[in-house]
Amino acid sequence: MSSIVAEQLSKTFPGEARPVVDSVSFRIEPGEFVVLLGPSGCGKTTLLKMINRLYEPTSGRLLIDGADARAVPATELRRRIGYVIQQTGLFPHLRIEQNIAVVPQLLGWERRRIEVRIDELLDLVELPRAYRRRYPRQLSGGEQQRVGLARALAADPGLMLMDEPFGALDAITRARLQDELLRIQQRLHKTILFVTHDVDEALRLADRLLIMRAGRMVQFDTPLAVLSHPADDFVRDLLSADDVLRRLSLLRVADALRPPAVNEGYGNGSSALTPTDDLRIALGRVLEAGGESLPVVADGQNVGRVTPASIAAALARGERALPD
Amino acid sequence: MLALLLEAYEYFLANQSRFWAAATQHVWISSAALLIGTAIGLPVGIWAARRAHAGQWAINAFGALRLIPSLAVLFLAQPYLGIGALPALVALTLLAVPPVLIAAYAGVRNVDRGVSEAARGMGMTAAQILWRVELPLALPSIVGGVRSAAVEVIASATLAAFIGGGGLGIFITRGYALFDTRIMLVGAIPVALLALTVELALALVQRRLSSNAGMAA
Repeated sequence: MSSIVAEQLSKTFPGEARPVVDSVSFRIEPGEFVVLLGPSGCGKTTLLKMINRLYEPTSGRLLIDGADARAVPATELRRRIGYVIQQTGLFPHLRIEQNIAVVPQLLGWERRRIEVRIDELLDLVELPRAYRRRYPRQLSGGEQQRVGLARALAADPGLMLMDEPFGALDAITRARLQDELLRIQQRLHKTILFVTHDVDEALRLADRLLIMRAGRMVQFDTPLAVLSHPADDFVRDLLSADDVLRRLSLLRVADALRPPAVNEGYGNGSSALTPTDDLRIALGRVLEAGGESLPVVADGQNVGRVTPASIAAALARGERALPD
Repeated sequence: MLALLLEAYEYFLANQSRFWAAATQHVWISSAALLIGTAIGLPVGIWAARRAHAGQWAINAFGALRLIPSLAVLFLAQPYLGIGALPALVALTLLAVPPVLIAAYAGVRNVDRGVSEAARGMGMTAAQILWRVELPLALPSIVGGVRSAAVEVIASATLAAFIGGGGLGIFITRGYALFDTRIMLVGAIPVALLALTVELALALVQRRLSSNAGMAA
């Protein structure tokens, strides 16, 4: 886990009048999953590449774990930061195991430690260990990106930079890898900076969204807060914040819970909701069941009910009853 | 035709010591030219691939060099280098440089941008990127360049005989002077066979490298 602080970070490429990134400041806490979101050309990828110094800022300061990023040589800094890109960037002439071993080797790990680590990582990204001896071209696109993820995690970096890693994958594979990433993140608690222009992907993954437009940071907040209180019309349009269903999908049944009705049974178990269901699903189920209300069941106990009115109230509040 | 070949063979049998001396000289001068040409073309090609504008200039300059006929190079070099093996070696080296250089340039240039960016982003130094990523991936292309250079050099080394540089070309010039096709064939056939052998051998190496690099189908 690493913290990242940017202070007035700017980048202007030689021969260009306008900065690509324009005095951006933020603070990212250790273990946060931050998604950089914005239209193409907004500077999100440039901002990401300034973190591992693939681009050097024209002005401003970057602190990683409190230390200036320029205090160490760029190559040394990069070996401590996981990096995943869209085209996977796997080395086609190296086997999967050799691809995964690159950073540990650069760091001078012992061979036995590297061997053990390769198996661990293949297990983590749910690829068979038999894949060790294969070449990248023998794997599907989704499998290749799993290797890309394993390779970035190899030396157990506290910080991961991901540049549209799932952008080239079909919708089903992309959704599956998003789930994998969330599952891995729950286990490892990395600080993750993830670039995308896919709004659904951003809402699904982010603890906080960093929204950019024309080089400037427009808003930096949780998905729900951004959707409920977009900073301006640009953010509203970008996220289709007026889309009620999209907002409902970020709220949970727990946010719209009413006390149980007197004499109410468990309902029929199949239609009962749980507190962690999202309100978009809940609303659909309530309507399906006649539009009155549905019981909410947790650990076999009837803990309350959800009604169209309670859902509307939760939507109007626009915040979660309980933090994650 | 067959009779002619038999007569050529008889001439070869009768002049074995001279033939082998010429053949050795031919192989020696070709190898030396190829070696020096590669030693020049390879680093310049890699250097050119790594910088956009200067690189394009270098490529064009060496491309233009290819347009000067080897024979012209031989005669133009004569006032400075005299006659014999040295000017022949210089001319053949100039001939060997462009194919190697262009192949190295193209090989490094064609390395997937995502691959070299990943290498940089993972913390490889410039030298590590060159030795561990760019060169291995460019190797099949580089061997291809050496292969075409080798064929050109072996064929053109016959010209060395014109300025007293020796090689199998001496049979061709002598045969021409004496209007004796037999003697010409004693020079021409081994040169063709040598070029073909080297071509096939290097093609094989190139194929093996591509599949080792995990890139061929």
